[in-house]
Amino acid sequence: MSEVTAVKAKGLPLKAKVSPVDLFLVFLKIGAISFGGGVVAYLRNTLVREKKWFSDDEFLEMTSISNTLPGLNATNIAILAGDRLYGTAGAVLALLAICLPAFFFMTAAGMAYSNAHARPYATAALRGVAAAAVGLLASTWFQIGKKSLKGFYDALFVLAAVLGINYFKLGVPVVLLVVGAVAIFTYRPHVKPEPPAEAEDQWIRSLH
Amino acid sequence: MDQIPALIRVFSYLSLLTIGGGMAAFPEMKVLVVHTQHWLTEEQLIHVYSTGQMSPGPNMMMVAEIGQIVAGPFGALVCALAFFIPTGILTFGVGRLWQRLAGWPWRDSIQKGLGTVAIGLAIGGLITFGKSAITGWIPIALALLTFVVLNRTKLNPIWLILGSGVVGVFALR
Repeated sequence: MSEVTAVKAKGLPLKAKVSPVDLFLVFLKIGAISFGGGVVAYLRNTLVREKKWFSDDEFLEMTSISNTLPGLNATNIAILAGDRLYGTAGAVLALLAICLPAFFFMTAAGMAYSNAHARPYATAALRGVAAAAVGLLASTWFQIGKKSLKGFYDALFVLAAVLGINYFKLGVPVVLLVVGAVAIFTYRPHVKPEPPAEAEDQWIRSLH
Repeated sequence: MDQIPALIRVFSYLSLLTIGGGMAAFPEMKVLVVHTQHWLTEEQLIHVYSTGQMSPGPNMMMVAEIGQIVAGPFGALVCALAFFIPTGILTFGVGRLWQRLAGWPWRDSIQKGLGTVAIGLAIGGLITFGKSAITGWIPIALALLTFVVLNRTKLNPIWLILGSGVVGVFALR
């Protein structure tokens, strides 16, 4: 069974014919120009607005899945999008393409760092960069939190996770299993929390 | 070369903790990379992680820099594969399954529950990171400035990151 029929058999919308070369180059470009974090916003601009390979709703759905699973949103969305566009090979190509530029960038940085980390200028510059990274990461998560945390339980679970990590030093797996399980149970179907798609939608739109 | 099996073990394990993003895995990464394996000092890990924020593409490719420092280019490749392949396969498989679970009511509960915990894990990671990265008044000012500007404008963060690097050269030596 070819990839296209495999996708069709599951009742997904059949994608316009995208060549593997096209797919690779599009993701390679995103991987190379997405400076400053926020790769998801670059993906959305390219895949939804520019190429029109996905609708807004399809992109949001892929974002929700990516958020729920381990792995970075950027690479997870690339895998899901690649799979829907060109099956298994598409997923592999998209992942490879979005990762390649960063791989060379970071390997080169490692070579430079091994030579330079004793030098005071490089260390001083990285101290400044680290400070800005704190601000950047804080603002990213502040915005996500602002959009998606609504009720008392949301705040409680976030607080429980933070205390578990930083105060009780429980480690990520324990916090994830315990707080995650309680959270899933609290948001169990008949409680009917707000539709997650809406929250996702809001924070995606809030990304620049 | 003798570090390769440990690199594979550590980074494939860490990759499974990156719920909602790479920051969730930072506390565990600090323990394993700095305290258990002694691959980097705490300050070096902060530097490498910060360099990841300057890279295009997935910022967590900073794992390749750790691999490069520990075991050269082959180490970089091994770390990248160990970090991106296991979660990649998981996403690929669950991505297909998730489609078929569209009508399953627990699907939304899982997304909502894990999404909320992911925010807590990221904040927890960020606190761990900030404790090491913020070493005085100038870093506090740079972090606050970046936070405020990014919340109020659409400026690309890369300019604030590079600018803070320049400030660091002059003020944080």
